[in-house]
Amino acid sequence: MLEVKDLRVSVEDKEILKGLNLTINPGEVHAIMGPNGAGKSTLSAVIAGRDGYEVTSGSITFEGEDLLEMDIEERARAGLLLGFQYPVEIPGVKNVYLLKAALNAKREHLGLPELEAPEFMKLVREKLQFMKMDSSFLHRSVNEGFSGGEKKRNEILQMLILEPKLALLDEIDSGLDIDALKIVSEGVNSLRDAGRSIVMVTHYQRLLDYIVPDHIHVLSDGKIIKSGDKSLAFELEKRGYDWVIEEAAQ
Amino acid sequence: MSLAEFTDQWLSAIAPQISEGSGWLTDLRQGAVEQFATLGLPHARLENWKYTDVKALAKRQFSLPNGQADAVTLIKESSLGLDGIRLVFVDGIFSEQASTLNSLPQGVQVLPLAKNANAAKPLLGQVAAANFSGFTALNLAGWQDGVLIDLAANARLEQPVYLQFVATEQENPVLVQPRILIKAGTYAEATVVEHYAGADDAASLTNAVTEVELADGANITHYKLQQESSKQYHIASMHVQQQRDSRFTSHNVCLGGKLARQDIQVELNGEGAEVNLNGLYLGNARQHLDNHTLVNHNAPHTNSHEDYKGILNDRSRGVFNGRAVVHKNAQKIEAHQSNANLLLSDKAEIDTKPELEIYADDVKCSHGSTTGQLDENALFALRSRGLGEEMARGLLTLAFANEVIDRIEIPAVHDRIEDAVAGRLPEKFNLKGLV
Repeated sequence: MLEVKDLRVSVEDKEILKGLNLTINPGEVHAIMGPNGAGKSTLSAVIAGRDGYEVTSGSITFEGEDLLEMDIEERARAGLLLGFQYPVEIPGVKNVYLLKAALNAKREHLGLPELEAPEFMKLVREKLQFMKMDSSFLHRSVNEGFSGGEKKRNEILQMLILEPKLALLDEIDSGLDIDALKIVSEGVNSLRDAGRSIVMVTHYQRLLDYIVPDHIHVLSDGKIIKSGDKSLAFELEKRGYDWVIEEAAQ
Repeated sequence: MSLAEFTDQWLSAIAPQISEGSGWLTDLRQGAVEQFATLGLPHARLENWKYTDVKALAKRQFSLPNGQADAVTLIKESSLGLDGIRLVFVDGIFSEQASTLNSLPQGVQVLPLAKNANAAKPLLGQVAAANFSGFTALNLAGWQDGVLIDLAANARLEQPVYLQFVATEQENPVLVQPRILIKAGTYAEATVVEHYAGADDAASLTNAVTEVELADGANITHYKLQQESSKQYHIASMHVQQQRDSRFTSHNVCLGGKLARQDIQVELNGEGAEVNLNGLYLGNARQHLDNHTLVNHNAPHTNSHEDYKGILNDRSRGVFNGRAVVHKNAQKIEAHQSNANLLLSDKAEIDTKPELEIYADDVKCSHGSTTGQLDENALFALRSRGLGEEMARGLLTLAFANEVIDRIEIPAVHDRIEDAVAGRLPEKFNLKGLV
């Protein structure tokens, strides 16, 4: 699904990712953890196609295609969706417009006709209900005046409607109270599917109690220095990151 | 014939009709003709008309509208669907047949002006000075029809008064001069919608004047939606006088016209008076859209808030001048102005000038103008969901307009304006079917 090979990325001439390798297969759920400044956000940003990140070497392929050659919107249409750490407030753009335009863009890419209004509304209402969101939300501006929890629920709602092949969730748990975390996690878990992959970038082990990953990677100083199964998360919780970093240095 | 010649001739033509029992009106018109003769059409040497050249008008041939054109389809298609209290004007002339004027609450009079000129005597020309500009003088000299909305003390109109002006296509361009008079007694409340639309090839000159008088505690909301054809000249001025604790809100949406000029002048004469001016202009092709506002804070504890936004595409040009004057002894006032513009093309242009003139010392004032770019973060967020770059730009451009449109409180008007704006944005934005 996603293949990152020897990825080196600089921001303003400072190298942040220093030869990162990562393979995500269909159906897998991965968690990328690591201390602050390890390069977690940079990795998400480069995969999503944000400006200001210079790839100096290496490659990222998505389903065999060169991801770095694709425009931001092409990545989304091909099935790669980023859940933002800080979802952007877009005053004046109603949620319903965004959802409709995004779904239409994806369907057009797949050669499908646009959904008729009643079908579209039915789909949206169903997903809203699942995320325990009121339908009045559709006519509110995207994320404007939303609480932290509402913003994150909105990110997952978009995923439920757009059904990406690969969902990349950047610190989806930050700023969530326990109730919101449960709703968000249920949303993400409902996306789990043999054909779909999920990558969570997170600072906290707490999220992994709710969305149990198949693989955990520790990112430190621009490289993945250790990978393991879910038991690695418990060890990190207990012992912190220092021992992994020391072990890798040896 | 020139406008001056035209006005002279027109006045002599109708003089016999209006002089019968209405000597005051003839005198008023005659005085205005003299004002117009002195002022002439505004020219570029006047500070207020620096950017807007109306020379072309002086060379145009004009004839008088007769209001007899068949406009049934136009009226139907351009209607905002506000059917309760609706006055329709075809080329500026009241059409009784197309209008609905039933069930006015007690204390409310809504009268077509031509037939009820005498009722307008106490108000006509009282708020709008004839010498405000050559156009104001011309309107007072030669207004053909319009409306008098008279609200007694405490009268309250739940339904908006919908004034629908429809311009038809004429062989010779016509001069349409409506006069709208609104008089709100103490604590009276009403909403008035002034709407200008017409045939695609209508090429007349609309020269409208609106006068509004608010007594203590009165509350008037005024909507102006101008979507005349791209061949029309649209000149309009609105003059407002506010007494103590009154509140006036203006929503001014300017989409049409080859050349459009709107003046709004507000006099805050009593303590606690408040005015809100919201505006949106959207220019395409070679449209020239000019908005001039002036708020005089003549009394202490008065507030004004102004927010105008402009979107200019192609080779269109926008002009914004917002002036607030805080007069001596008008302490404890608040005056805030902002004007933001989006230029969608390299050849589009905006001349913007917010002005504050303050002669008191205890005031809270702010003003600013920006000519901006779209928010790059928002653009990225939309594209990251699969929206093409142009559509993302389109949605954000519409969102910019929506900051003004969303203040419109009548749902039918709100939706029509949003549709009209979306429909006038560049096609590459591909917003059709989405909004």
